[in-house]
Amino acid sequence: MKASRRTFLQSSGLLVASVASISVEGVDAFLQRAAAGPYPDPDYLQLDSWIVIRPDNTATFFVGKTDLGQGTGTAFRQIMSDELDIAFENTTCVMGSTDVTVDQGGSGGSDALQTDGYPMRRVAAEARRVLLEMASTHFGVPVTSLKVSDGVVTTNIGDTADREITYGELIGGKKFNVTLTGRNIDATTGKAALKPVQAMKNVGKSPRRDDVPAKVDGSQRWAVDMKVPGMLHARNVRPPVVGATLKSIDESSVKDIPGFVQVVSRGNYVAVVCEREENAIRAARQLKAEWTAPATKPFPASEDLFTFMRSATPSSASEPTVVGDPAAAMPGAATVIEAKYDVPFQGHTAFGPAHALADPSKGQLTIYSNDMKSYGMRNGVAQFLKMPRENVRVVWMQGPQAYGRTAAEDAGFEAAFLAHELGRPVRMQWTRQEETGWDTKGPAYAVTMRGALDAKGQLVALDYDARAADFNHVGYNEHDTVLIAQLIGQRKAQPARGRASFPSDKYAIPNRRMAGSVVPMPLAWETPVRMGNLRDPDGPQVTFASESFIDELAAAAKADPVAFRLALLERGTGDDAGFKRARSIACLKAAAEKFGWEARPSPNRRGSGDLAIGRGVAYAYRSETVVVEMVEVEVNRRTGRVWVKRIACAHDCGLVINPEALTRTLEGGLLHSISRVLFEEARFDEEKMLSVDWVSSPTLTHADVPERIDIVQVNGDPNPNRPDLPHYGAGETMCKPMMAAVANAVFDATGVRMRRVPFTAARVMSALKA
Amino acid sequence: MAAMNLLVNGKRHTVEVEPSTPLLYVLRNDLDLAGPRFGCGLGQCGACTVLIRGEAVRSCVRPVSQVQDVEITTLEGLAKDGQLHPIQQAWIDEQVPACGFCQNGQILTAKALLDKTPNPTDAQIRDGMKNTLCRCMTYYRINAAVKLAARRLA
Repeated sequence: MKASRRTFLQSSGLLVASVASISVEGVDAFLQRAAAGPYPDPDYLQLDSWIVIRPDNTATFFVGKTDLGQGTGTAFRQIMSDELDIAFENTTCVMGSTDVTVDQGGSGGSDALQTDGYPMRRVAAEARRVLLEMASTHFGVPVTSLKVSDGVVTTNIGDTADREITYGELIGGKKFNVTLTGRNIDATTGKAALKPVQAMKNVGKSPRRDDVPAKVDGSQRWAVDMKVPGMLHARNVRPPVVGATLKSIDESSVKDIPGFVQVVSRGNYVAVVCEREENAIRAARQLKAEWTAPATKPFPASEDLFTFMRSATPSSASEPTVVGDPAAAMPGAATVIEAKYDVPFQGHTAFGPAHALADPSKGQLTIYSNDMKSYGMRNGVAQFLKMPRENVRVVWMQGPQAYGRTAAEDAGFEAAFLAHELGRPVRMQWTRQEETGWDTKGPAYAVTMRGALDAKGQLVALDYDARAADFNHVGYNEHDTVLIAQLIGQRKAQPARGRASFPSDKYAIPNRRMAGSVVPMPLAWETPVRMGNLRDPDGPQVTFASESFIDELAAAAKADPVAFRLALLERGTGDDAGFKRARSIACLKAAAEKFGWEARPSPNRRGSGDLAIGRGVAYAYRSETVVVEMVEVEVNRRTGRVWVKRIACAHDCGLVINPEALTRTLEGGLLHSISRVLFEEARFDEEKMLSVDWVSSPTLTHADVPERIDIVQVNGDPNPNRPDLPHYGAGETMCKPMMAAVANAVFDATGVRMRRVPFTAARVMSALKA
Repeated sequence: MAAMNLLVNGKRHTVEVEPSTPLLYVLRNDLDLAGPRFGCGLGQCGACTVLIRGEAVRSCVRPVSQVQDVEITTLEGLAKDGQLHPIQQAWIDEQVPACGFCQNGQILTAKALLDKTPNPTDAQIRDGMKNTLCRCMTYYRINAAVKLAARRLA
């Protein structure tokens, strides 16, 4: 029985954390029914869509999220097993396959626990309530005379011998047939109340992530590993310069390749399809195609980007946020300073290039993909191919993750398109050059900051003015913005407006203005500078400017950068429901203590020989989560190399479900942010991308890893023991402050202010010499 | 097309492919081994790493004809008699992987490093691992896991 389940799950591609002791019934029948198609949406108002309990007293949870390697799947099991009162080790979790899990949107916005965790908890609590009622009927005693632990219900009447029955005996293999309520999936609920935090046994512990062993022993089957009978291999052939139009294709140039099947072209989209992968690679290289370059250069060279952005006519502007009267407060102030900050386009640059397998068998379309938003892909592909949604499913599988709107979506649509055209299963695999060159980019920002200090060094006025190259921001899995749609010419009538975001601090500043506008590239639709959400999605850019400038103001006031920030926070009197101001103060203090922050103004040139040593701080919040980061850097005056030697990060995301998984997530996110501030930039000339592989698009490596990372998980809630302490998001907040923290540390070490990301060795050298 | 004789994880295989085919595609598509993965096809990232004569080799740029009849070890072949290799166990104990897609290269590169340098310094780990990339940036934990494995192997 166990073996057959494993075999079936592998062949269906569904991700089920394997728990050796769990046998099969129920779940298998359920999944096999779904596998045949068509694939109507699982009904989120049916308890059976969420939870299956088997006769052996094990449970499987079905949730509409995906786990990008941050341990959310394990966390879901923790919160749901706590609410259900079943042993954690007897649970598994199925995630993200559109035919068997309700549509919770997949991943995005770091809301897996903050938003989606609540319906998961409520349905598990409801299952517990229903099971206790069943036990009550079974024993003929009131529910109040029952207790339950690890899925075993016991009578608790005092003077008689305790009797017991397991959940598995009560319902195993049968359906709940319980209807839930809720106007939308996030509001899904039964009648049961949630447990107080203090009654949760698994929450706050760190059971090991269930996805790790298979990733270490080689047994994991990833989306890249999916194979189905008759499967073909496809590779794309992209325009040689951006915005080029396809003139002609000479198919005879690839006809002699063994196993060649077809060249597919539509508009400017071209792909080759072969029986074997190595031959598809060869065909893509060998295909003779003629292209016509566009009349207009699609973008300015990346070296000229910020000049272009600052002089371009904005396509839109946001309504400024104004407090007090900064225009009036500036002129009379004792000190007024101004600075400009530039952050370039940066790619997601997944470690494994985008890929997907689409299988059109039996009039259905199944796409095996690692895209974090499988539900969106299902809807988008159905629209793109004009197929009924019920005939399309996306099976989410593990894959390389890159946090945001990645090219996994584009590859999914391409595989689906080719499979639809050829009537055979097609596996699409992007090259490294495509992934690095053509994936969506986080928007470039050019920010101007102005600030005024009074004679005592108090900040009296602050002005933030951002320009974001974010016009035509590409959404998730949109049938009219995915790359193949753009190349075919099936485009939106109106490109997305894009946005320029504002800082997220809680400083109390009497006069403050925040303004932003969006600027378009010369050819709005031309790729590959496609703007899409990249981890946060624009907080690192915004916070680089705002938190660097706060540091510049602190230096102008000859104040300690931490004390300067604390004063700005403590000057405020109000707070919000999330206690963001109070929790910001708590995080600053916690980070300073862990780091061993010495109160003094910056800069403070120290170090010996070629090495200058400095420290820096920056802070941000996102949604309800607060983070403070402190770094120690070494700046090599001879080579320009910046090394972040040590990090202390204080982080408050409310109730922590799995502290170890959170620590790992933070460590990775902190290093990702260091990579972005020191190394990453999507470079291009006026007609093509120049950053196309790991040599032309460097990333942080083992050589750059800090000696030490200290994570402090803060609970700065004024009432930290409240029974309803919320669990907030934690996947992205850590990305916001790092760019500024490093810039501030470099300034502390050298007295030189870096205002243009990334701080490459060459750029640091020229700044040191200036 | 020609018959190529391969010795992978102790088993002999003969496959009919073009001799210039990179080893990676033969391992993945003909031998159904999922440990080595495609990351760049340029020998830059390490996703496709296999061990050949104790060396960490990038199978995406190694023609299959050049590795006939030599012992090739993939991630699947690291465990012995159902026991994870101590490096793999260290990876689990440190909870190293995030998405995990690069970890084949990390683990096998660490194996080659520790075989040559059983008790590496921090600088030797940094230098030995620096060409094996990770975009989830699990490097800090990899560093710790290499040290843990070195202690256990001593």
